[in-house]
Amino acid sequence: MPARSTGALALFFLSFLAAGQDRGGMSVLSIAPVPKVHAQRGKELTQKLEAEVQPGFHVNSNAPDDEFLIPLKLTWNKGPLEVLEIVYPKPTREKYSFSDKPLAVFTGKFEIATRFRVSSAAGDMGVMTGKLRYQACNNKECLQPKTVNVQFSLDVR
Amino acid sequence: MSSPRLRVLAPALSIAALTFLTACSPERNVEAADTAKAGRTAAPDFALKDANGATVKLSDYRGKVVLLDFWATWCGPCKIEIPWFMEFEQTYKDRKFSVVGVSMDDDGWSVVKPYIEQHKINYRILLGNDDVGRRYGGVDSLPTTMLIDRSGHIAFTHVGLSTSKSGFQNEITSLLNAR
Repeated sequence: MPARSTGALALFFLSFLAAGQDRGGMSVLSIAPVPKVHAQRGKELTQKLEAEVQPGFHVNSNAPDDEFLIPLKLTWNKGPLEVLEIVYPKPTREKYSFSDKPLAVFTGKFEIATRFRVSSAAGDMGVMTGKLRYQACNNKECLQPKTVNVQFSLDVR
Repeated sequence: MSSPRLRVLAPALSIAALTFLTACSPERNVEAADTAKAGRTAAPDFALKDANGATVKLSDYRGKVVLLDFWATWCGPCKIEIPWFMEFEQTYKDRKFSVVGVSMDDDGWSVVKPYIEQHKINYRILLGNDDVGRRYGGVDSLPTTMLIDRSGHIAFTHVGLSTSKSGFQNEITSLLNAR
C-alpha cells in the first residue's frame, strides 16, 4: 500500500475517532441553538438550554450517586448577565446491567434553566458563553467525558 | 508491511477500523475480535507510571501473555470486569500472565489511587494519557481490553463490556497454551 494511501486511511479513521462522542455523524448529546434573548436592565430572566441524548445512551445527572461518576455541569463565563442559579432537571433513575442499583441519569430530551440578573450597566448587545461538561454511557460502554461550548446573544433595553 | 511508517500506523489503524466498523449501533460491544496469529499487529509500546511512581513499559512484559485493559474510575461497565481480571491475575500469574490496567482518568492519581484501594485491585495500574490512547486508535470507548500474546502482538480486542468472563478465560488459556 503506498504511504500516501495509508496516511489518508489513517487520517480517515483517526478523524472519525477524534470526534470523541460523535457517532455516525451525530453527537451523543446535542444542544439546540438558543434564539436571541431580549433582556431588560436591572431585571431577572430565565434562559433554558434544550439538550438531547441519543437513544441508547445516558449522561450522568448533575448529582450522581457514585463518587467516581462525572456529573453533568453547566458553567457560564463572565458576561453581561450575572448568574443567579442553575436549575437542573430532576434525573430519572435507570437500572443498567453494569450497576447494582439504579443510577441518576438524564436521557432523551431535557432542559437546564439558568436564572440571570441583567446588570443595570449592561451594554445594548452582548453574548453569554459557557460550557457544558458531561459523560455518556450506554449499557456496555462509556465514552470519554466531553465539554461543549454553549452560547446565546442578547440585546438589552 | 515493511516501512517504519506502516509499522507504526498498523496497530492504531486496525484498532480504529475495528471501532469504526462497529460504530453503527447504540451498543457497539465487540466480542473478542480474534486475529489469526499471522495477521496480528504489534501492540504499540509505551512507558507509563504506576501507582508507586515506577516507569513501566509494555515491552517489559515481552514473553508473557498480557491482558491490557483501558478503563477509568467513572466507567460503570469497567467495574464489572475488574473483579474478573483480578481473578485472572491470581489464577494465571504463575504461568507468565499479567493484567495491566491503563487508567484514562484525566484527574490522575488523586482519583485512581482511592479507587485501587477501595476495590483492592491486585494487578498493576498505570496512568494513561492521550498519546497512549492515540497509539491504540483513540480508546474513546471504555472498557477497551486487549489480549497480547507472548511475542507482543494483539490477539484479541474487546470494545465495551464483555458478556462473559468465560470468553476471556478461553482466550487467555488459548494464548497460554499456544506454542
